[in-house]
Amino acid sequence: MEEKPKVVITRSRRPEPAVRNFAFTADMLPADGALKEYRRHAWETYSRLAMPAATEEAWRRTDLRLLPADTFRLPTRGAFRELAAVPEELLKPLTADRHGGQVILLPGGARASLDPELVRRKVIFTDLHTAEAENPQLVARMAGDLVRPEEGKFAALAGAFSQNGVVLYVPKGVTIEQPLNSLLWGPGVGLAYVSHILVWVDEGASVTYVHESASPDESGASMHAGIVEIKVGEGANLKFVELQSWGRHVWNFSHERVSVGNQANVDWIFGAVGSHLTKNFSELDLAGEGATGRMSGFYFADGDQHLDHDTQQNHLAPHTTSDLLFKGALKGHSRSVWQGMIYVAPAAQKTDGYQANRNLILSPDARADSIPGLEILADDVRCTHGATVGKLEQEPLFYLKSRGIPDKEAERLIVEGFFDPIMQRIPFEGVRARFQQAIHEKTAAV
Amino acid sequence: MSELVIKNLHVSIEGKEILKGLDLTVKQGETHALMGPNGTGKSTLAYTLMGHPSYTVTSGEIWFKDKNIIEMPVDERSRLGLFLAFQYPVAIPGVTVANFLRTAINARRRAENPQDKGINILEFRNMLKEKMEMLKMDNAFAGRYLNDGFSGGEKKRAEILQMAALKPEIAILDETDSGLDIDALRIVADGVNALTGPQLGALVITHYQRLLNYIKPQFVHIMLDGRVVESGGPDLALHLEEQGYDWVREKYEEEKTSIR
Repeated sequence: MEEKPKVVITRSRRPEPAVRNFAFTADMLPADGALKEYRRHAWETYSRLAMPAATEEAWRRTDLRLLPADTFRLPTRGAFRELAAVPEELLKPLTADRHGGQVILLPGGARASLDPELVRRKVIFTDLHTAEAENPQLVARMAGDLVRPEEGKFAALAGAFSQNGVVLYVPKGVTIEQPLNSLLWGPGVGLAYVSHILVWVDEGASVTYVHESASPDESGASMHAGIVEIKVGEGANLKFVELQSWGRHVWNFSHERVSVGNQANVDWIFGAVGSHLTKNFSELDLAGEGATGRMSGFYFADGDQHLDHDTQQNHLAPHTTSDLLFKGALKGHSRSVWQGMIYVAPAAQKTDGYQANRNLILSPDARADSIPGLEILADDVRCTHGATVGKLEQEPLFYLKSRGIPDKEAERLIVEGFFDPIMQRIPFEGVRARFQQAIHEKTAAV
Repeated sequence: MSELVIKNLHVSIEGKEILKGLDLTVKQGETHALMGPNGTGKSTLAYTLMGHPSYTVTSGEIWFKDKNIIEMPVDERSRLGLFLAFQYPVAIPGVTVANFLRTAINARRRAENPQDKGINILEFRNMLKEKMEMLKMDNAFAGRYLNDGFSGGEKKRAEILQMAALKPEIAILDETDSGLDIDALRIVADGVNALTGPQLGALVITHYQRLLNYIKPQFVHIMLDGRVVESGGPDLALHLEEQGYDWVREKYEEEKTSIR
């Protein structure tokens, strides 16, 4: 045995503050319903799992030591009456003239509406509580099917405590023309919003679904933990738009997975402009032969925002196609992390996977980390990837200014141009307009 | 009437002096050619007039419309009526020619009147169409990303298109002929000729006499080692074509020697 070296401590290092844990207890779990078993399992998992540590690869670049975890409480029933109301503009349809249905999730409550024609065609689109009561078997079957509580502390937390959520079921062969829209509205400070979204687009069905999370900017801290589980059945078609517009005081965590069946297709669009910190795991499972999935991400961080998107494209069956493009701009002291992985299973021959992440840094103190990855276990595949982090160049700015365009506007034009390839992938003018608005506001701000 | 008056201009880049006391006056309605061998500071002058941040004016004055513009921001110089056609136009991916031009026109209108709602779309389209026809440009050009993947000729035509749309009072054309074949050169020159007249003063910077077969200047200046050393009429350019720059260099060197 080797002799232990003698260690002489001349100066003590300041101890690293530990990540604080939540103060949630079993008596805070939602009342027993269709998800009783699932929640109990999620609660056990949650209790067993430690808070993520910076030593874990997925959390190396996203620091939770300042998360005031122990201060958050769950909103009580009817809490929305005391809090800021939903701004009208968030209720407007973004992808068409009108909604086919709308679910509004409020602190401690929800409202839902659905076109009677869709009700007649057995479409289910409502909040989680209502669905638990009205469609218990369906909800129990869907929850935990794609995202397991074991995937992480926040997944387990969301599974156990989701006091709110959305359930969408589109029966076989049903094509929904008008888009469905849901809004998670999370005003107030010191609150933990926990949501669970369950979507099943059954065989041959087709729908456009837009979900937004939003809150006003407030001082203090709030948090959101969410799960999104989406199953796109054989030959089905889903356009899914996710907008993240949390206030700048919100710590936002989510685990999301879309599973795409035989010859089915998903067009998955992300827009992230809000939150204090976001850690988002988004996975695309191309589970059936010939499945295709496109993921398009737009993010723009400023101030001290920290946006961390972890994406995974899993080719699990032959002849599957994935195409991911995430583009982000960064201002102020903000930081972004994109970590992407294309995984090709041994059986997934003849697949085509693409991933690219492009970042534009607009200020000297902003930073973007871009980490692509490939794990290919099949031999007859085509996989390409690219990652870039670029700075705002002086020559284009000078060129635009030489045409009389003021500094800020010149910068905005360059940023708009940078985001154009993402805009080209978004088939909804209303969504593009929202991104344009974010570009305007963020480039104009000092 | 607008006037660009450059007095005893000294300009450095990264501590190295490039312009060494340059004097030049260009009036609205006049066309001047500025010629000279490579490396004498012609492009430095162009960039300095427009306010490029890499060039430092160490002494001298630049007067435009009775304002010394040395401290004036780039965009303000443009809105005041100064224009630079770049030798190497910069690509702006994702921004269409039309979107860019509309933004530039609206920036002018808004500087005049902060309440301005911007140019009427139809009015803008018609204007753009008319200017593009003048420059024999296809309609689809307006929808392409600015200078992104443009050929040399397309880039130079796009510069002239911008000049036509922004209606400057004094324009500096920096080596607009470089990289053009004879057909493209003719189109660009026709465009410039259509724009010159009582409303426009042009300073045409060129290395070769070739461009001056198409654009006829009233005044020709020869630049050497950071200064204008010779000025005259169109015959000076012809003289250069026959004799080259050597005689200027010799004369100038002699002058320098005799001063010593």
